[in-house]
Amino acid sequence: MKFLLVLILLSTAVGARAAPAVPDTIAQRLQACTGCHGKEGRAARDGYQPRIAGKPADYLYHQLQGFRDGRRQYALMTGLLDPLSDAYLREIAAYFSSLDLPYSPPAPGPALPAELARRGESLTREGDPARKLPACAQCHGSALTGVAPAIPGLLGLPRDYLVAQLGAWRTGTRRALAPDCMAQVAQALTADEVGMIAQWLAVQPVPEPAHPAPTLPAALPMACGGVPDVTTPVTKVSP
Amino acid sequence: MKRVLIAFVLLLAAGVALVLALNFRDEPALLADAAPFTAQHIARGEYLARAGNCAGCHTERGGVPYAGGRGIATPFGTVFAPNLTPHPQHGLGGWTAALFWRAMHNGRSADGRLLYPVFPYTELTRVTREDSDALFAYLRSLPATDKPNRPHVLSFPYDTQAALAVWRAAFFRPGSVAHDATRSAAWNRGAYLVEGLGHCNACHSSRNALGASSGIALGGGLIPIQNWYAPSLNDAREAGVADRALPQIVALLHDGVADASRGGSVTGPMVEVVTGSLQHLSADDLLAMATYLKALPPHDVKDPPKPTPISAAAMEQGGKLYEQHCVGCHGKQGEGAPPAYPPLAGNRAVTMASAANLVHIVLEGGFAPSTPANPRPYGMPPFATVLSDAELASVLSHVRGSWGNAGSEVSPLDVARLRSGR
Repeated sequence: MKFLLVLILLSTAVGARAAPAVPDTIAQRLQACTGCHGKEGRAARDGYQPRIAGKPADYLYHQLQGFRDGRRQYALMTGLLDPLSDAYLREIAAYFSSLDLPYSPPAPGPALPAELARRGESLTREGDPARKLPACAQCHGSALTGVAPAIPGLLGLPRDYLVAQLGAWRTGTRRALAPDCMAQVAQALTADEVGMIAQWLAVQPVPEPAHPAPTLPAALPMACGGVPDVTTPVTKVSP
Repeated sequence: MKRVLIAFVLLLAAGVALVLALNFRDEPALLADAAPFTAQHIARGEYLARAGNCAGCHTERGGVPYAGGRGIATPFGTVFAPNLTPHPQHGLGGWTAALFWRAMHNGRSADGRLLYPVFPYTELTRVTREDSDALFAYLRSLPATDKPNRPHVLSFPYDTQAALAVWRAAFFRPGSVAHDATRSAAWNRGAYLVEGLGHCNACHSSRNALGASSGIALGGGLIPIQNWYAPSLNDAREAGVADRALPQIVALLHDGVADASRGGSVTGPMVEVVTGSLQHLSADDLLAMATYLKALPPHDVKDPPKPTPISAAAMEQGGKLYEQHCVGCHGKQGEGAPPAYPPLAGNRAVTMASAANLVHIVLEGGFAPSTPANPRPYGMPPFATVLSDAELASVLSHVRGSWGNAGSEVSPLDVARLRSGR
């Protein structure tokens, strides 16, 4: 038995010497992410997992922390992120945020019914002033490609993912840093409206380039945790 | 008939008296606290709380440290760790050092209730009074958090004090770690940390049908509900460290990675023990723990059961899947690419009898803990959404039967059980 163990250890040692060099890159370290979020974090709209490439860095950082600290619920993500430090989470966020890669076109499918498309677009672009419901575009940018450093774009995401996120915010299973403006917005929406918005967003083409806007179109309509309420470009990322 | 009845009643009374006596043995007199605590007490207590990883259970995910709320699922129900901050209603505000010591040493709460052994007083009973006082001093120094405790959710009869009293009479003895003059100071300190405050045995031993640690101390066991296997610490085929160098053992505890040439790292629930506790311990204490663990008497099973040979079908299907999903990182010969990716050939975490951890690792993926020595670990992707139960079983069987590995076959049923958490 001992002899066998020695043999095994020897063979391991030999194997270790012969092992191919692993690239010392952040991309290589994060293969755990790209398995689901697509090569280079570019998951397309045909699945469930969201694309993460090119999203604003603070937004990604807040989500990584949220999974680790219980504001978002997905056991696989929580398990993966539990062992990681804030410094590493910030590096991960910065890496995926820095990837400037093209989007694939929306998957072809039947056109949305006209009334649904009209309501979805109107809620997204204008909101519902009568109910004091802000438009998506007021915070997520007039091109809906997000606003640096902490507001994500809404285009190029799977419909099911969008529905699930708005639903999770309505029920409180997804939370953002307080004050949780998205929870207030989602809770003001009806289930039908969630469906209309998600379906409309999911079939929009993504403009090129799809960078997050450097500034908000106007002051935020409501306070949002972790989101600087600025209408001038931010150079320094918030902690 | 009457006599039989009287005899029965007397016997019952004697039984109850015995259970009560066993429950109250070695209880301290509740004297008023001595001199007020000093800053040294508090600092010492903070360190000891790290060594015991108290916050690991007594903090909700993302919650205020030590304010409680985390649910610990057991086969008998869920026990919610209480608020340990000095809040007068919900925390330890009304407690004294003597009451705290009684909780640690005797497993009884300030109001006299018996505590559930999910709180590992079965091990913490060995903590000294001095250390208990320091812990109490530290907890009293925390900001009081107004967070009510969640009532436990336990099924009958486990929710009764009577059942708990019987359990304690059978399975709990207040104790201490005896000093062994024939051993070094480091060994003795290690014994205290491993057997007492560190409560390693709470995971690294098997539990009987009533949830009590049983079998060989530190002899390994499946953690109930989580179903991760905490390997034996005294078996060379599992995680015994008798043949490992002390610096390697210290590195595993402190950094979460043993050794760059082999790429071994902690996995599963042990990751949290490193991030929350061990990485914060002093070099002396880690060396003491390593010294003690290295010197544990070996408990290798004589004539271990021969692993069942792995079927040709599993080897073949698993081999194809290995080529497709695993070979890029773990290599054609299972040689891995340490320190980034561990070798699978000759790796006892791969070959040990329980395949539970392997199934978890492939399903859920994972990272080694971010520690100062390994701040940016390489990750393993989760395969839960990629591989079916049968595919996962065959790829693991392949790995357990290749390159000189002699593990047993993994069945799709094993995978299905672990995937569904049953």
